[in-house]
Amino acid sequence: MPDEKIAVYFCHCGSNIAGKVDVDKVTAWAAEQPNVVVAREYKYMCSDPGQDLIKDDIEKLGVDRVVVAACSPTMHEPTFRKAASDAGLNPYLLQMANVREHCSWVTEDKDEATEKAKRILNAQIHRLPFNEALDPIEVPVNPAVMVVGGGIAGIEAALKLSATGKKVYLVEKQPSIGGHMAMFDKTFPTLDCAACILTPKMSAAGKDPNIELLAYSEVEEIDGYVGNFKVKVRRKARYVNTDTCTGCGACQDACVVRKVPSEFDQGLGKRSAIYIPFPQAVPLRATIDPVNCLTLKGKKCKQPCTTACGPQAIDFDQQDEVLDLEVGAIVMATGFELWDPTPETRYSYGQLDNVITSLEFERISNASGPTGGHIVCKNGEPPKSVAILHCVGSRDENFQEHCSRVCCMYSLKFSHLIKEHLPETDVYECYIDMRAYGKGYEEFYKRLMEEGVHFIRGRAAEVSSVALTPEEEGRLIVKVEDTLLGIVRRVPADMVILSSGLAPAKDAKSVAQTFGFGCSANGFYLERHPKLEPVSTVTDGIFIAGCCQFPKDIPDTVAQAGAAAAGALALVDNATVKVEPTISYIDPEKCCGCHICVGLCPHAAIQCNEEKGVAEVIEAACKGCGVCVAACGSNVPQQRGYLDQQIFAEIEGAMAV
Amino acid sequence: MRYLYYPGCSAEATGKAYDISTRALMEKLGVELVELDDWNCCGATSYFSVRELDSFAIAARNLAIAQQMGDDELLVICNACYTTLAKANRYMAEDPKVFAAVQGALGAVGRTYDGKVKVRHIMDILINDIGLEEIGRHVTRRLTGLRVAPYYGCQFSRPMGAFDDVQMPTTMDRLFETTGADVITDFDAKTDCCGGMMMLTREDAALRLCHELLVAARQGGADVIVAACPLCEINLEAYQPRVNKAYGTDFNIPVMYFTQLAGLAMGVDPKQLGIDKQVVSCDPVLAAIPA
Repeated sequence: MPDEKIAVYFCHCGSNIAGKVDVDKVTAWAAEQPNVVVAREYKYMCSDPGQDLIKDDIEKLGVDRVVVAACSPTMHEPTFRKAASDAGLNPYLLQMANVREHCSWVTEDKDEATEKAKRILNAQIHRLPFNEALDPIEVPVNPAVMVVGGGIAGIEAALKLSATGKKVYLVEKQPSIGGHMAMFDKTFPTLDCAACILTPKMSAAGKDPNIELLAYSEVEEIDGYVGNFKVKVRRKARYVNTDTCTGCGACQDACVVRKVPSEFDQGLGKRSAIYIPFPQAVPLRATIDPVNCLTLKGKKCKQPCTTACGPQAIDFDQQDEVLDLEVGAIVMATGFELWDPTPETRYSYGQLDNVITSLEFERISNASGPTGGHIVCKNGEPPKSVAILHCVGSRDENFQEHCSRVCCMYSLKFSHLIKEHLPETDVYECYIDMRAYGKGYEEFYKRLMEEGVHFIRGRAAEVSSVALTPEEEGRLIVKVEDTLLGIVRRVPADMVILSSGLAPAKDAKSVAQTFGFGCSANGFYLERHPKLEPVSTVTDGIFIAGCCQFPKDIPDTVAQAGAAAAGALALVDNATVKVEPTISYIDPEKCCGCHICVGLCPHAAIQCNEEKGVAEVIEAACKGCGVCVAACGSNVPQQRGYLDQQIFAEIEGAMAV
Repeated sequence: MRYLYYPGCSAEATGKAYDISTRALMEKLGVELVELDDWNCCGATSYFSVRELDSFAIAARNLAIAQQMGDDELLVICNACYTTLAKANRYMAEDPKVFAAVQGALGAVGRTYDGKVKVRHIMDILINDIGLEEIGRHVTRRLTGLRVAPYYGCQFSRPMGAFDDVQMPTTMDRLFETTGADVITDFDAKTDCCGGMMMLTREDAALRLCHELLVAARQGGADVIVAACPLCEINLEAYQPRVNKAYGTDFNIPVMYFTQLAGLAMGVDPKQLGIDKQVVSCDPVLAAIPA
């Protein structure tokens, strides 16, 4: 074994590690190990005095290898590598031993934890002599940014980025940007009209010269790495020439297929096969839905849309277009889906008329919605009594454990709107806890109590149609335990609004995979750190904002969008970025030129050098995934920082204690 | 086909008709039922609330006997027995302390149980083992036009929902659709509680629940309510006069075990199904079934 000078630092992490691991014992043991010249323990290694310990030992004792036994490397490896580097040591000669997440947090017995910590530490002590000095690779940064998702989060991020002069691609899968916020009537607690505050931003994003709006488009593939992403975007055929369409709407009035349930109106209203989803749509362009258009289905149609269209913008032969775009950073703002309450069968959604979701009520109460803003039941009559059931699909182990954060407040908003439109109507809110945590929220709750809304503390048990009294005849009966009165109540209602929780988009997991990061247990995108890096992901250069990360209200969404935009800007505003040098290399002397690795590389980062008859790694494209290392029959490709002898030494170290 | 069969206490008393109709129905379907040797009360719902650990031991004794008899499944007809026995299994599997305590108790009477006998509801066996297609082949007297309210009760699929939807079970609906009956598929009260043992301690509360159920059945236009639990059946059927007295109603709706009505559809003699033991006369039902 080479003669190296290893320093060991064992962090207490307050009581996080020291509460389980006998730090003094492990440190004393470490000092006895081969090549270890110094072993120290410290309460918080990540603090400045902790880092100074490392620097001093490098400078004064001539330490040339360092292992820090502390938290996960995803947490503080950059901190300690920077410290080593400041003291003149190559940062790749420092290793982390994760004795917190991998040991103290997950081991109950103190003796077992202490023994396990030794093994984890010894693995790194054994590995270090084989570590090589590596230099980060510096690559140029593409200054453009892609924002995926055109709801309020994506729009806000795009506008912020554009304001700095950066080129922004704003990709939205629906025909118009606007997202869920565009469907809302009012916003809590200020009761601002959602459209009034959103449409100026939508319109600004649509007109901004720096923003290339790619509506009705979806990301298909992504490759590359921080600063240099290559993204394939499919621009779906609208069958309408967007350059000549003026958005006049004559085509949708002419269309003979008029009874397609409108997605924007939650199926409550109808649209034509050629349609503009809502009057304030951006871009204000028509789209033909190929599932319902007679011509596109190959059926006979006189095509009145073509006749009605002044600028002759309709083009039934239009094809999808695939764009290859290059950007330096990506902001994911793909939003949420309303939790579908059908599986909560006791609330009879889809079974009984006038049991509706919150989003359906948003459309019913909206002046541009299917009822022109009149709050009415299916029969057109205004309800005499409305029950609003909180926590549907939220805070429920059977469905979603999380609190969706916005439902209490939007429910209060609904109560207010009902009271405003129909002062004589009784409104009942069945809630578990009233979570009015934001600025002005508690005050709003208080206001609603004064407006005469009935608050029943209890999760509704059931929505039934069985009438026990003449007054209940023909109405919806909400059975609920009023836990403040200690009685079971039967609340007769003409309309029941299910305050459904927010769920991750159905494709969240696969989208996250495509972009190289993960999802939390609840299905929302996983941030790099829940507190300190809430808008970053584990993939450098990819940021997240809005409800795709977790349910949040509009103010939080806008704030997070700004943070994500700043994160992206902090990256793309640089000419270059340093990327990890832990990529693979192929020794041309040993490569036999079978090229098995070429086909297996998921990033097309290996090319054939026909002249020399060998495979070569394209450094800028390699992501260090290690597939070629594992695949080669002759064991030729090696990944820097993860060399065979380094891994084997780690295993030996872990087994040797 | 052969199953080890656990009748449960009610089946020897108020629920006798459930037991005999089960045996007659299974015989018709060519399924052999072997009664569990020396079985004891499952402990029912009340024991859990008083002495939880003891209740698991009592339930597990039955399962230990099943295991000793070489069976890995036990057919149960009563919803409460089904839930109770399955609960003992679940707690033994999830909690090593419960497992050890039950083993200790069984050991004291020279028995042992590994926790692996599967407790199965008769409906599960009818739908998933025998199958609706096979059942349909045995239907000789189609229940055409008979309006059936399928009443599952609270413990049929809750809390585990092993073979049907927890909140909105449909197996009984499908069974009677196979017999040609006009099933009230949107029977709103299908999993509501009948009041259970409360009928003996808080009759007013239990009557209120039965009243709601009967109203729901009438609103659906039921000719007959079918039940899958002896307690549900007796509460709904025998207490109709008291419901009527308390609520000023005039209910006289036939209530049957689902095994009885299914047996009728397969041409089994009403006597063999214990129809004569019913409190509310089933004559209108019998009259409505074509020969």
